[in-house]
Amino acid sequence: MKDPEQIKELEEQARQVRRDIIRMCLAGKSSHIGTALSAVDMLVVMYFNTLNVNPGEPQWPGRDRFILSKGHGGAALYAVLARRGFFPVADLDGYCSDGSFMIGHCDRKVPGVEVSTGSLGHGLSIGVGMALAARYDKASSRVFVLLGDGECDEGAVWEAAMSAGHFGLDGLTALVDHNKQQALGHVVDVMTLEPLAEKFKAFGWSVREIDGHDIREIVEVLDRTPFEKGRPSMIIANTVKGKGVSFMEDELLWHYKSLTEEEAGKALAELERR
Amino acid sequence: MRDAFVRSLFELAGEDPTVFFLTADLGVFIFDDFKTAYPGRYINLGIAEANMIGVSAGLAASGKMPYAYSIAPFITSRCLDQIRVDICYHRSNVKLVGVGAGFVYGSLGATHHAIEDIAVMRALPGMTVIAPADPLEAEKATRAIHDLDGPAYLRLGRNNDPVVYGSEPGFKIGKANIVRSGKDAAIIATGTAVYSALQAADMLDRDGIDVRVIDMHTVKPVDMEAILQAEEEAGALITVEEHNILGGLGSAVAEVLSEHTGVKKPFRRLGLKDTFCTSVGTPEYIREQYGLDPKNIARTIQDILADGSR
Repeated sequence: MKDPEQIKELEEQARQVRRDIIRMCLAGKSSHIGTALSAVDMLVVMYFNTLNVNPGEPQWPGRDRFILSKGHGGAALYAVLARRGFFPVADLDGYCSDGSFMIGHCDRKVPGVEVSTGSLGHGLSIGVGMALAARYDKASSRVFVLLGDGECDEGAVWEAAMSAGHFGLDGLTALVDHNKQQALGHVVDVMTLEPLAEKFKAFGWSVREIDGHDIREIVEVLDRTPFEKGRPSMIIANTVKGKGVSFMEDELLWHYKSLTEEEAGKALAELERR
Repeated sequence: MRDAFVRSLFELAGEDPTVFFLTADLGVFIFDDFKTAYPGRYINLGIAEANMIGVSAGLAASGKMPYAYSIAPFITSRCLDQIRVDICYHRSNVKLVGVGAGFVYGSLGATHHAIEDIAVMRALPGMTVIAPADPLEAEKATRAIHDLDGPAYLRLGRNNDPVVYGSEPGFKIGKANIVRSGKDAAIIATGTAVYSALQAADMLDRDGIDVRVIDMHTVKPVDMEAILQAEEEAGALITVEEHNILGGLGSAVAEVLSEHTGVKKPFRRLGLKDTFCTSVGTPEYIREQYGLDPKNIARTIQDILADGSR
């Protein structure tokens, strides 16, 4: 059990990161704000609690690997990496702007980003390859992959899931940011995934479901991975798209819309309150 | 060529502990020695090429050098987005190996023919594309892509490929081999078409026509110097490939000629004329059906030499 002070610190980081995202998306006139906000709490726990990484030496061979497979949530990952010290927070201002290395979808040009993503359904396969390499090398490195729920429409996700189960990769943990929305509507209306947990179980994974915004719960579930020896671990995290900004929560519009100054001001004010 | 590849890969795995072999459930028995000697480095991903490519990229990101293997259309177009992003955009050190170049799998039908793979792979930034002409060259190529830091596509025949080289050829990526000298005309060919080109040159020789045959084993980066030199020195130029006429070797040569000299000599491209290969049969039969047999190659050269127009 983590001490309450540590949990509070992580919550504070998450609030800070949400503010960063709003500022980045305003400056870069970019979209995909909702998807970034739903993943924030998991990313914060990942980088401030779970992953064995070294911001001073991002390519340190013994590190754990993290892949944000839902690459359109790049703003959230960049903000977390900056807050964790991989590069100056000021660099976030360049997000999506002319000539910037802060590319809209996750890109390896950004220090700390392992894999460039954006084309959905790629990350889990790459994670399987990294986990196979770590196992072959008898390395202690672990591999974590965060998927979107809409992304799970891609067949390649299930090819990868099948292989992770087949190879019994307990060095691999995947999370689904289950915010229940995808590009054209609610997941259940577009292409239902249910029963999602049972599907992954049937593919040989050990599955847990959590509240993807409860920092303590995220910390605890990640601390317990691998859930079972000889099986990959799957965390289905129930989240809310646009989490933390009342007028964005569960609103499909914020998959697309970029912020006006006024909307950004309102969002930042909300994220000021504790 | 397949067995030559298997043999070379086995040797490389002995020399370099980072060499991995990945298959999408193909290659029955032939990789058994590899599997026995290096069990942890043999990975069968099942019939799931897209996943195999992503897994290859993950292994490469962790310092391994995967050779990912399947039948040519399945290791190229089937999993193209994974190749584009996971391999090429990341400059992953992954080697793609496709067997069944052109219509080597003639009787199996259009799904198994590889007629766009060169064009598709050539269009990807950073991808090296190599189509060896025979088993000895396939061995050399297997080693050459190992020494190359970055992605490569190796387009192989299968077995019983004709022999072009009596002894080990020189092999340098991006440097064509002149397998026959001559100056009345030049044939630039790649892969299994090199042997047909040589046969055509033999036929023309009997009529007193002296033909240079260039084995353009590397289609990307193409050997500009060999192309420009051939145009300079020979009376006419043709390209031959067991591939669609669009985007392959003929296109690569045409690009060089049109930009550098404006095409000074009569020039023709032989290949499938933007059509699937709908007839089935042996590769020899299919070559005849589509005008890629030695006789038609020879006839094409006679025609352009007689005609003289560009």
